[in-house]
Amino acid sequence: MSETTATAGVISTPARDQPPASLVGPWAWLRTNLFSSWWSTAVTLALGYIIVRVIFDVVMWGVVNAIWTVPYNANGVADTGVCQLAKGSGACWALIADKYRLVLFGRYPYYEQWRPALVVVLFVGLYVVSAMRRFWRKELLLVWLVTLTVIGILMWGGIFGMTYVPEDSWGGLPITLILATFGAAFSFPLAILVALGRRSRNLPAVKMLCVLYVELIRGVPLISVLFMASVMFPLFMPAGVNVNKLLRAQIAFILFAGAYLAEVVRGGLQALPKGQGEAADALGLSYWQKTGFIILPQALRLVIPPLVNTFIGFFKDTSLVLIIGIFDLLTMGKVALSDPPWQSFSTEMYVALAVIYIAFCFAMSKYSRNLERDLNRARVR
Amino acid sequence: MSAALQSSVDRGSNVEPAILLDKVNKWYGSMHVLRDVSLSIAPSERVVVCGPSGSGKSTMIRCINRLETHQEGRIVVDGTELTDDTRALDTIRREVGMVFQSFNLFPHLTILQNCTLAPIWVRKMPKAEAEDLAMDYLRRVKIPEQASKYPGQLSGGQQQRVAIARALCMKPKIMLFDEPTSALDPEMIKEVLDTMIGLAETGMTMVCVTHEMGFARQVADRVVFMDRGEIVESGEPKSLFENPQTDRLKLFLSQILRGH
Ligand SMILES: Nc1ncnc2c1ncn2[C@@H]1O[C@H](COP(=O)(O)OP(=O)(O)OP(=O)(O)O)[C@@H](O)[C@H]1O
Ligand SMILES: [Mg+2]
Repeated sequence: MSETTATAGVISTPARDQPPASLVGPWAWLRTNLFSSWWSTAVTLALGYIIVRVIFDVVMWGVVNAIWTVPYNANGVADTGVCQLAKGSGACWALIADKYRLVLFGRYPYYEQWRPALVVVLFVGLYVVSAMRRFWRKELLLVWLVTLTVIGILMWGGIFGMTYVPEDSWGGLPITLILATFGAAFSFPLAILVALGRRSRNLPAVKMLCVLYVELIRGVPLISVLFMASVMFPLFMPAGVNVNKLLRAQIAFILFAGAYLAEVVRGGLQALPKGQGEAADALGLSYWQKTGFIILPQALRLVIPPLVNTFIGFFKDTSLVLIIGIFDLLTMGKVALSDPPWQSFSTEMYVALAVIYIAFCFAMSKYSRNLERDLNRARVR
Repeated sequence: MSAALQSSVDRGSNVEPAILLDKVNKWYGSMHVLRDVSLSIAPSERVVVCGPSGSGKSTMIRCINRLETHQEGRIVVDGTELTDDTRALDTIRREVGMVFQSFNLFPHLTILQNCTLAPIWVRKMPKAEAEDLAMDYLRRVKIPEQASKYPGQLSGGQQQRVAIARALCMKPKIMLFDEPTSALDPEMIKEVLDTMIGLAETGMTMVCVTHEMGFARQVADRVVFMDRGEIVESGEPKSLFENPQTDRLKLFLSQILRGH
């Protein structure tokens, strides 16, 4: 500023490139965004009061007045008397301490639960590695195959000295992650093929089939697709062939998610200018080269937000398997609450479950925003 | 000019044409957009196609590399007839390069990748060789320094020159241009036209839809005038422009001249 006055009369000075101090800094931000008028000041104060109150109450309930442990009687049954007394004013996190293994791993044999725990770690590791763009190479496919095989071996066991554990005993978080991961891994390629098929001009039969598939699946609720998979599907199978329940639910999920994702992908294909495909044709690229190098990379980039939106939706929809008797994370929460001493502490349980779901969904949404930003940085429009 | 005409006539008489259209008809639904279009273009001939908007110029040129299909008549390109046979189509697409009005560069690939994609995957050229070739053509269109940028970072004129280089990287025998300068600001038109003039001097067979009459006079061996799906008149640029035979061409020329 002093330079400006010192060199008065000179039109352009370095100091002049900066906006005046009154327009920058936290105070300026506060003034323009929160206290710009009488009305906005009132709203700011009212909302501020509500936010502070809620945070205060939550901290009092969840931390200050919370009960972290309860005594157990001689039979190993929890004595929840203290929690009952504190009900309403303090959370009873002793419930989580007592039940977390049941909720996370279901009825998987207690002393073998390191196996599903390792599976969860492997899943998360797989997500993290797949999320990093520098690992987006052909080898990643191999990493997936190997990891998923290891996950299968860990869950089932039966070799390497691990006892065999049938799928009926699986439960909790691994079930949720299995349904979501295999669901995404298979429904996405399926969706791409269906979306391409639906736009095919010289294969009318394929096009019809794709339209039929999408419209049929989209026309019924997920619950009924699950019911069909669990109840009706076995009726159509020849006697003796027994496809297990989890696999049937998995297939139902893949088919259901595939139909929705196909429409999202088709939206991206539709939005791409016709000239892109024509230029690829004119260069002599084959259909699959054109699709793989030109069309899909651009079309998918356009639909990252709705794609992730759909994925997040399906991650949470995996909890619907409870209606066909598969014990995913949410179902196990309900099961844990059926234990008589804990019956009245559902709030604590659902808060804890919500934290897990939010962690996964928030990671997905945050990642999609970063991905979009990174992919768009290279190409200035 | 007369020498050029002479040579084209000579070639036409004893050499197989590079492009032959024989009574080609095309309909969009019930709209008849190409009516009995017949045209024979000799190797190394430069043909400019002009005509009012909607007269079927784009449709005709796009039929030559089968971005559009014709319904009647024959189209033979470089000795291969265009049919539903996909192998014939692959052969022809390799030999025919195309430049579009709206450039149609691939925005998610760098300039260099735009140029090397087809040579690598269609011509099965080793990557290093394809890159050398691409740099060679980028130098010829005078933008080698932009190779690692993305199309969105270039001006319209630069993008169109990349599009020309991209097509040339496939070493085509024939180049098709559909109004390559219509989407450009006036100051960029010249740089693209200069590139095309340079290309014409190498003896490339060229079919170019354009309203740049200066370009047509300087480069074209023949100008074809289309109206309502028909070839109305064709001939050497000088005689066609100075001595139009039909009222339709006279009207068109007067409108073009008024517009400029
Ligand atoms: N895909 C299409 N479907 C239906 N009609 C079309 C299609 N493409 C072009 N037409 C019609 O065919 C006729 C010829 O179009 P064409 O694009 O070949 O004209 P043009 O001579 O290139 O015109 P312009 O100078 O405006 O580019 C026009 O009447 C146009 O409306
Ligand atoms: Mg046109």
